[in-house]
Amino acid sequence: MINRQSLPVKVIRVALLTLWMLITLFPLYWILVTSFKDPGSIAAFPLRYLPQPWSIENYTSLFSKSSFGVYMGNSLLVSLCAAAAGTLISLLSAYVLARFEFRAKGALLLAFLVTQMIPAFIALGPLYVMMVNLNLVDRKGGLALLYIAMCIPFCTIMLRGFFENVPDALEEAAMVDGCSRLSALFRIIVPVMTPGIMAAFIFNFVNCWNELFLSVTLMNSDSNKTIPTALNGFISSFNIEWGPMAAASVLTIIPTMVMFALASRWIVEGLTSGAVKG
Amino acid sequence: MSVTDHHSKKKPFTIRKGLSLLGFLAPAVVVVAVFTYYPLLRGSQMAFRQWNLFDLRNTPWVGFSNFATLLSNPTFYTVLKNSVIWVVGSIVPQLLIGFGLALLLRRRFRFRGIYQALVFFPWAVSGFLIGILFRWMFNGEFGVINDLLRKTGLIETNIAWLATPKTAMFAVIVANVWYGVTFFAIMILAALQSVPEELLEAGAIDGAGKVRTLFQIVIPFIRTTLLLTVLLRVIWVFNFPEIIYGMTGGGPAQQTHIVTSWMINFTQQGDYGVASALGLIVVAVLIIFTSFYLMALKERDAR
Repeated sequence: MINRQSLPVKVIRVALLTLWMLITLFPLYWILVTSFKDPGSIAAFPLRYLPQPWSIENYTSLFSKSSFGVYMGNSLLVSLCAAAAGTLISLLSAYVLARFEFRAKGALLLAFLVTQMIPAFIALGPLYVMMVNLNLVDRKGGLALLYIAMCIPFCTIMLRGFFENVPDALEEAAMVDGCSRLSALFRIIVPVMTPGIMAAFIFNFVNCWNELFLSVTLMNSDSNKTIPTALNGFISSFNIEWGPMAAASVLTIIPTMVMFALASRWIVEGLTSGAVKG
Repeated sequence: MSVTDHHSKKKPFTIRKGLSLLGFLAPAVVVVAVFTYYPLLRGSQMAFRQWNLFDLRNTPWVGFSNFATLLSNPTFYTVLKNSVIWVVGSIVPQLLIGFGLALLLRRRFRFRGIYQALVFFPWAVSGFLIGILFRWMFNGEFGVINDLLRKTGLIETNIAWLATPKTAMFAVIVANVWYGVTFFAIMILAALQSVPEELLEAGAIDGAGKVRTLFQIVIPFIRTTLLLTVLLRVIWVFNFPEIIYGMTGGGPAQQTHIVTSWMINFTQQGDYGVASALGLIVVAVLIIFTSFYLMALKERDAR
């Protein structure tokens, strides 16, 4: 905290930071290594810390023995649509909640917060029945719809924080110039908030991409499954094939990891702004 | 979350403006009401019905019998005990390591941005997949953790981590600690950065050492953020079954279930009545815990 830092302190600091980074990255490293081992050497002693020989057989067998390509496509489609729609809807509600005072505001925010704190599994049964009645079971559109509902509460709270950092003089000026509120919002404010909106979108995308229990409950045909549903099938089988499993894990992790790393700065800002101000 | 703000919000409301704002809010409110709150309320009702997915024609009201089923099941008490172990065993190390990490990250250094993006990695991964990764690493035969422990001489023979209840519980907690440290680090780092520099300098001038500055100036300053973060995390971890689901599936012999993972177990058998009863118990426990926690917080503030 004092500005000078003696050499030993610095060394300890770097050492500890490095240690934590290694601990954090080790599981990723290990699943990567496992995925590139040839199937025979995954369960062989001594354990090797680098694949020897390197092999992509786990990947090829993953795609040939299961429709993993289809699952990835489904996950991508559902997550992209739901995240985009969820972000857009949240943008509108967050704007109102950030800019205006009205009687139900506190209750509304509380209602959004509460959804983050109760076990969602209570809703699973009625949701299933509802989706049956709407003829949306085992349909990607149905799953996307539920994901939109899943995204909105937290996304609204996050975007509301970003709106509060943008002075409202901006859109007022535009509206004096004859812009409607909606066009002022999209022409003037959205460009200023792009990083925040991207962060919210990525956050939503990752949540949809990772969601497990809704998709397991709703999606049962092979052509409609998303990645988590497929992974759930893999680990539920009596004998887990760790080679293809590792390959599938890597392919699941990499896209979201890259997106999160790129947006980490803004996601951090979005998550912490509320807490620190409060 | 803060409600105070710097904008002037007392603008005249016209009907037209009111309607357009209502239009802005409507999609979010309707979607959440229909697809979150309505099923949640219906689900809460199920706790008082016999409601099985495979017998939907026959769903009579049964009063408290689902609760009675739970209370008479010995696993229920194991699950309660596990939930407490899971929450305390995860949160305390997460908080301590997270705090340490935040202190280390507080001072700027050249690669801090990259470092943060890297240690961010667990966040991008689902709890379920984390469970799978750790299931593989804790594998009793070919697990890398046994291999590393043997190489460093800490153990001589392999431990079948996930095959006995105690070691399995330990393993799932290790995975959860690993997963949750980042969150604490980031929240605490943000809080640390809100501590005014003058306050720290004043401490330095008074000759307070770093440790004393930390405990007498920094921690009191960020206390509220710290306590609220812990509260949010407790609620969240209590409700977080994915790691356990992916890693042990609650086994061996149902001995590593926490309340919510056990709930999943019931939903997978189609028994939504009992699952919902369990859900309501979770909600009740969390409400009671939160009220006591916030009351204790207020009381300390008042003194």
